Amino acid sequence: MATLKEVKSKISSVKKTKQITSAMKMVATSRLRGCQTNMERFKPYASKFAEVLGSIAGKSGSDVSPLLVPAQEVQKVVVILCTSDRGLCGGFNIHLTDKARKFVQSDLQDKEVSFYCFGKKGRDWVRKSPYTIAAEYLDVVGGKIDFSMASTPGQQLIDSFLMGEVDEVYVIYSEFQSMARQEPLIKQVLPIPSLTEMVEETPTDADGSFLPEHICEPSSDVLLGEMLPKNVFIQIYDALLQTSTSEHAARMRAMENATKACEDMVLELQTIFNKTRQAQITGELMDIVGGAEALKG
Amino acid sequence: MAEKLMLEVVTPQKAVVSEAVDTVVAPGSEGEFGALKGHTTFLTSLKVGTLRYTDANGKEQHLFVNGGFAEVLPDKVTILAESAERTQDIDVVRAQAAKERAEQRLANRAAGIDLLRAELALRRAIHRLKVAQYGK
Repeated sequence: MATLKEVKSKISSVKKTKQITSAMKMVATSRLRGCQTNMERFKPYASKFAEVLGSIAGKSGSDVSPLLVPAQEVQKVVVILCTSDRGLCGGFNIHLTDKARKFVQSDLQDKEVSFYCFGKKGRDWVRKSPYTIAAEYLDVVGGKIDFSMASTPGQQLIDSFLMGEVDEVYVIYSEFQSMARQEPLIKQVLPIPSLTEMVEETPTDADGSFLPEHICEPSSDVLLGEMLPKNVFIQIYDALLQTSTSEHAARMRAMENATKACEDMVLELQTIFNKTRQAQITGELMDIVGGAEALKG
Repeated sequence: MAEKLMLEVVTPQKAVVSEAVDTVVAPGSEGEFGALKGHTTFLTSLKVGTLRYTDANGKEQHLFVNGGFAEVLPDKVTILAESAERTQDIDVVRAQAAKERAEQRLANRAAGIDLLRAELALRRAIHRLKVAQYGK
């Protein structure tokens, strides 16, 4: 059985851990709020963009932009892997890297795969894997994300796609569904999935009627050609925002659980402490009583 | 004055403007265009430039837009820009520095310089400064 002193020091150390985890939870909560507002602010732009894109996409054929044309033989694939820079957020990064591993091993067998890594955890994982890192961006996820953080690598990828250096691009990110639920997802970025799908996704106007045809200037094909690359950036940006928000939500939950576990542990240790103390007192009493008896006799 | 139309300027960072206005003049890629209520539906890309609109009080407002797209509906104009800045949000010192830097680059034409990029930077800086002027 542990001595009183041991138990006492253990209790105080668990209490300190609890202080740290609950502080981290509060930090995560406030950063989550920041990320969530960013996400909310981005939504009107993204949805309006999708709406406009959808309304002109319907009028154009599939040969408008080379970004729509799939490669004849897919050889080189780039996967954009969004993870967090820091740990202590439960299974968050494991879920993402697991998803990546399964995806690469099953769907991308025999392909030349390289990674664009946002976030340290994903990069560390790729380093240990047999795949190459084409680019890494740290200190992006979880912090303040500028739109250029999505458009710069996006433009690079588009350029290499057009030059035939890359045949397909996917992004793996964590979709923020709710505070309690974040789902790792895979989305195809390039070639851009067919436009007809986009048209179906397009929300109709508030009153339910479809928007009237637009006069386009320059022609709808030219406009579409300009909008499609932007659409790629928007998807990457969205993935980054969602991953950031998910990271903080995941950390908040993980820290909440840790704090609770600490509380339970303190209770348990307190019981042990009390029992040990009681046993010690009983032992001492017995000694005293025994000594008194001996004196009497 | 004529009836109002809604003007919405949205960027990935935030919604910059969302208010009822009288007129909007935007820098379309094929030329500047104006819109009043009842304009036909119209879609165009935008140049880097200045967006002007008359607000509900009849005051003319200026806004720097960094390219993007505009959708005009009979009662609403939506501007999708990568960035947009109101007069008071513009960092004049930075814009001035950017302008000088771009001018220098264009003047020297040293090897390895992306002329197109320098020109774009110059255009952005000039328009930022112009918009900032209206605030004074």
